[in-house]
Amino acid sequence: MTAHYKIFGLLGIVCLLMGAAHPVQQENNVLNSVTEVPTRQMEAGLKQNLSEYAFFIGPLANLLAASNVFPYEVNAPLFSDYAEKARFIYLPAGTKMQYHADASFDYPEGAVIIKNFFYWNNAAQPELGRRIIETRLLLKDAKGWKALEYVWNTDQTDAILEVAGGATPVSWHMANGKQQRIDYTIPNLNQCKGCHSYDGKFTPIGTTTKQLNLDLPGGENQLLLFQKRGILDLPEGFDPVQAAHLADYRKPGNTDAAARAYLDSNCAHCHNPNGPASTSGMFLNVEENNPEHLGIGKPPVAAGRGSGKRKFGIVPGKPAESILLFRMEDNDPGIRMPEIGRQLMHEEGVALIKNWIREMK
Amino acid sequence: MKYLFTLLLLICLEINFLAAQAALEKQIQTRLILAEDGDVIDLPAGTIELSNTLSLDAKRDIVIRGAGQDKTILTFKNQTQGAEGIKITNAQNIVLEHFTIEDSKGDLIKTQSVKGLVFRDITARWTGKPKASNGAYALYPVQCQTVRIERCTAIGASDAGIYVGQSDSVWVTECVAKNNVAGIEIENTTNAWVWKNQAFDNTGGILVFDLPDLLKKRGGHVKVYDNLIGRNNYKNFAPKGNIVGQVPPGTGVMILATNDVEIYQNKIWENKTVSTAIMSYFITENPIKDKEYNPYPSNIYIHDNIYSEGKRMPTWKSKMGFIFWWKFGKNVPHILYDGIQNPDWVDSNGQLKAAYRICVRQNENGTFANLRADKLGLFKGKISKNIGPYDCAL
Repeated sequence: MTAHYKIFGLLGIVCLLMGAAHPVQQENNVLNSVTEVPTRQMEAGLKQNLSEYAFFIGPLANLLAASNVFPYEVNAPLFSDYAEKARFIYLPAGTKMQYHADASFDYPEGAVIIKNFFYWNNAAQPELGRRIIETRLLLKDAKGWKALEYVWNTDQTDAILEVAGGATPVSWHMANGKQQRIDYTIPNLNQCKGCHSYDGKFTPIGTTTKQLNLDLPGGENQLLLFQKRGILDLPEGFDPVQAAHLADYRKPGNTDAAARAYLDSNCAHCHNPNGPASTSGMFLNVEENNPEHLGIGKPPVAAGRGSGKRKFGIVPGKPAESILLFRMEDNDPGIRMPEIGRQLMHEEGVALIKNWIREMK
Repeated sequence: MKYLFTLLLLICLEINFLAAQAALEKQIQTRLILAEDGDVIDLPAGTIELSNTLSLDAKRDIVIRGAGQDKTILTFKNQTQGAEGIKITNAQNIVLEHFTIEDSKGDLIKTQSVKGLVFRDITARWTGKPKASNGAYALYPVQCQTVRIERCTAIGASDAGIYVGQSDSVWVTECVAKNNVAGIEIENTTNAWVWKNQAFDNTGGILVFDLPDLLKKRGGHVKVYDNLIGRNNYKNFAPKGNIVGQVPPGTGVMILATNDVEIYQNKIWENKTVSTAIMSYFITENPIKDKEYNPYPSNIYIHDNIYSEGKRMPTWKSKMGFIFWWKFGKNVPHILYDGIQNPDWVDSNGQLKAAYRICVRQNENGTFANLRADKLGLFKGKISKNIGPYDCAL
């Protein structure tokens, strides 16, 4: 027995020594400035903890909005590996958002868009609680927008600033009872801009008329409510029925409207003429009407093995020959679309797009 | 007991190694995110395993520098996140140099919307036998301006080793591209000079293409000179559906649907199917729906190149190759023009007007044929070997 102890003891020491020595040696190589990193963060005046912003009152994990923090919903959410989202907008007291009919709203300096990503422990029984994974902030300052990422601790008491992203294992029960387990990916700050980009500049995605123009449970229109609360001026005679709105693709309805809404929110942040995927010539924003740009009969440009041996983006009536569907169904990082933010296939989304292509003439 | 100890020691070594690699990856990425304009970011010597794309966005005057191509090796063979190895976006004056990058799931280095960009002394490769599951591009600047790619090596890309897309003012020099589907490809790009490179053992050596449906509609003003373009007979391993999947093995240089291209003083040898092809987009047999797109080549000047002697055997493994074999057997002329002309560009004698000419002159062993093909297919035409109408200078 004693021999065992000695060996394990020795091994433990060796392990510790190597574990300690290894990264330090690497650090010295890679970053002569490794100590500068935290300094720079401090200089930029970034808050290290989410709680410092005081966006929420009471225990942080309850996400109970403080004054000047306004919850909001969107018509067609982005699929993020089945994570649920709790969304808020913070506006400095007395300030307003500025309405745009067909672009993201404008915000006053100091505004923050807050998006919390969480999983129900059991999606069929929300009362069993949830685990909040991360909170993403978009902050508007004099220079424009910037993103910050806060990762929640295991006690769910606070979330801590994370610049370089990472991964954390998550498991939960889906509403259909299936157990899911993934290494949930937390994006780094550059990856945020991978999607939040318009003409190369940082921009919010979800706070547009087409996403926010919806009726809340209870029947009140969200934009009219914002106006009533004094945080948005709508144009004279604003009519929610006439104004742009995406279909809620989760509800039964017109397949074309649902599919176009799905593609708009899940693809068009990059796939639009001013977005990062403008290189591809494939534009999936709901405003696009040129069939070629939607991918119909369009050969790929730089898809590589993402083409899946298929010839065109969309072949009407033939989902199994359409590259669009291939890339939604595959989980390989070099093939899947969207490129980031998805590891699992979105079964409902794939079913919807499959139907849409099948019905297409 | 001894073995147990050794085993545990190995496990412990491995755990330490993986933890150290993860820590290193995070440090490099953090450094890229927090970089300030003017920073030099040194990548350490050694093999660095990465799981996610390294990204740099919206910075100016940044140098990312390895310790040398044989010393700093970034490997993405266990990549789980992101498609690219390195991705650089919305930046100005960026230099990448002195490292090797390998085995990403998608493209190795993609740079988009960068103004002022240098790739220098970089090896970008997929290891192992070239295969369709390799990423599309090794070095991939797109929508960039003022790009210099020098002394780089690109190996194993399932589309193009060095691919410059929708960019302007580009120099590619002293690079080596081998075992890619396309060695070097200039696509919808203006003002590109490609000289003193070596493209060998690819499916196609150097391609200059304009494709439809893109934002930058028109490339052109491309010079390809003093290059060695040899033995590009590698089987086409591009995933189907991609346009380069149609390039026949054995292609030296191919010009497709673009304008103002000068190919000169190159040594082009032992490319078994076609040494230099001047083609319209119709040969792809893809439908053209883009109304602003020009599918015809124009203002092309092929001169003073040295072609190899002797007979060659076109591939049967591509429709184009098969047609060449069908028409010419083993005597495929070195320079082939599909002859499909824009009816608005020809004069009353059926010749291209001065502004749209195709000129072929003073090429050593430079046999020529006009396939006089038809929009409907290469099979239809009656070949003409008369170089007369094309003996001109631009």
